[in-house]
Amino acid sequence: MASITPKSVPPAVTGVDRDLDMSEHSAAIQATGVDFFYGELKVLFNVSLIVPERSVTALIGPSGCGKSTFLRILNRMNDLIEGARCTGEILVEGQNIMDPAVDVVLLRKHVGMVFQKSTPFPKSIFDNVAYGPRVAGEKNRSVLADLVESCLKKAALWEEVKDRLTTSAMSLSGGQQQRLCIARTLATNPHIILMDEPASALDPASTDRIENLIGELCANYTIVIVTHNMQQASRVSHQTAFFYKGILEESGPTSKIFTSPSKKATQDYITGRFG
Amino acid sequence: MSIPNTAAMPTVSFISGADGRIRRRLLMSRVFAWTCRFATYSALAVLIVLLVAIVYSSVGRLSPDFVTNTNSTNPVKAGMLAGLWGSFWLILFTSLFSVPVGVGSAVYLEEIAKENFLVRIIKVNLANLAGVPSIVYGILGYTVFRTSAATLSIWFDGNHAFGVLGLFRVRLAKLPIYEDNILVGALTLTLVILPTVIAASQEALRSVPSSIRVASLALGATRWQTIWRQVIPAALPGISTGVILSTSRAIGEAAPLIMLGALSYTTMCPGNIDSPVKLLTRPTQVLHAPLDQFTAMPIEIYDWSKQPKPEFTEVAASGIVVLLVVLLAINSLAMIVRHYASRRLKW
Repeated sequence: MASITPKSVPPAVTGVDRDLDMSEHSAAIQATGVDFFYGELKVLFNVSLIVPERSVTALIGPSGCGKSTFLRILNRMNDLIEGARCTGEILVEGQNIMDPAVDVVLLRKHVGMVFQKSTPFPKSIFDNVAYGPRVAGEKNRSVLADLVESCLKKAALWEEVKDRLTTSAMSLSGGQQQRLCIARTLATNPHIILMDEPASALDPASTDRIENLIGELCANYTIVIVTHNMQQASRVSHQTAFFYKGILEESGPTSKIFTSPSKKATQDYITGRFG
Repeated sequence: MSIPNTAAMPTVSFISGADGRIRRRLLMSRVFAWTCRFATYSALAVLIVLLVAIVYSSVGRLSPDFVTNTNSTNPVKAGMLAGLWGSFWLILFTSLFSVPVGVGSAVYLEEIAKENFLVRIIKVNLANLAGVPSIVYGILGYTVFRTSAATLSIWFDGNHAFGVLGLFRVRLAKLPIYEDNILVGALTLTLVILPTVIAASQEALRSVPSSIRVASLALGATRWQTIWRQVIPAALPGISTGVILSTSRAIGEAAPLIMLGALSYTTMCPGNIDSPVKLLTRPTQVLHAPLDQFTAMPIEIYDWSKQPKPEFTEVAASGIVVLLVVLLAINSLAMIVRHYASRRLKW
């Protein structure tokens, strides 16, 4: 496992280090031959993808292509949908999470998730961030207070909310709520963070902050992000995977996908010919 | 498409009544509004007339001693104390039984149960159960609960709550067990209001956005933690309002209690507790109260209204006024609870 020097100063221009050499990174997620069904409807066909650790992988593709479904498989959120069925093998840090013996509660602590719509709980800002550790059994107030502070700092929200931690999380703006949700996910101390269009409901300034945040977080976390926004994918990710009609058409370094894709569908999609 | 020449278009008037067809439509609209208004205010007027009539006829008897006296054959002395205490105990135990069972069932049906045939049947029939006349539940209560109480009183020789099959008795307290006791009444009233409690709780649970559940599960919370820490607190204002309003319906129920054989005339409060002080200082009597015979406010009102002496009309009217005041107090409590429960949520 190679150590990556985290960037101490966030980049002035949004984006990540494109030249990050991922060959030295071991695989955080290794999906092999994944098929997925909603009842009779097959939505993913033989998807195989390797996500290197401590990097950003973007899943792109037109609506209904299965990218969000694939993302939700990675922490088994699809278990909540009745009639959903998944076959194939998905190794998260070497363990097959499709194994029935896997405890989804432990898995989800390890593989956090941020949703498209920010979903703060109707509680205070502090209680929102402390929720994950609390359900995991942490009761010590000073431990929780430290954790809340460090997570809010990592999510670049601390300066804005440090004086009103007891006020409702609902009083925050949309962009702040989404960063709160990221802080809340960080508080469970995950290795992998899944983001399902985290900025699609936000204004450009908030989007920019979220993208900066992703650039900083990927020094320590493995991030998989679903996005409809091609520019966003090219700005924030090291690796891009293009889904089309349930098939993983193409995946590879973002710079290659966006400059010289090998498939025509990819070319058409990234140049905006459809989707 | 070219823009038509405005000068060639017919002149349009926006003055009301200029167009015959619009005039007719406006008239219909006004007639409809007035019909709705009439329906609302006529119902309200009838209600006010009734209320005024009741208050007017209660004037002769309604005085402070009406709520401190127990019943009497003398209309001047007849009071409602026994009924008030009876209703208090009934409501206490009805809520104790109906809240866990009702909220538990609602949580199971909404949050835990997989959608299968049996669950669908239960959900559909809950509405039907809420519509079953309370006297039917009275018969059910008589058959199940009163008969069980009778069996118990035989086992415990009708005197000792702490006896084992009549073989030996632990003489902690001498507690006579009646067949028509408070617990039997409360269990029956629980049956009456349970469908409503479940329906209200289900409604409240359904109104909690599913994104909260998903977010909680994604943070590594178990289903139990998600329900207990997120869903129920968010649904609490709705649940508590539903429970309190159902309870106030139970207070007004007379039919099932009469069916069970509740006393229509008694001067005894359950467990002989006739003041809040005794409630706090006489533990043996408190223990006895749930197994004692009882009467309730609506039963006393019904009994007075049947009395041949005309003075009892005033007594019955006074009883109704007291019952209405109690109901009003409970409904206000529901509003206060709703307010505070939703303020604790930081929406």
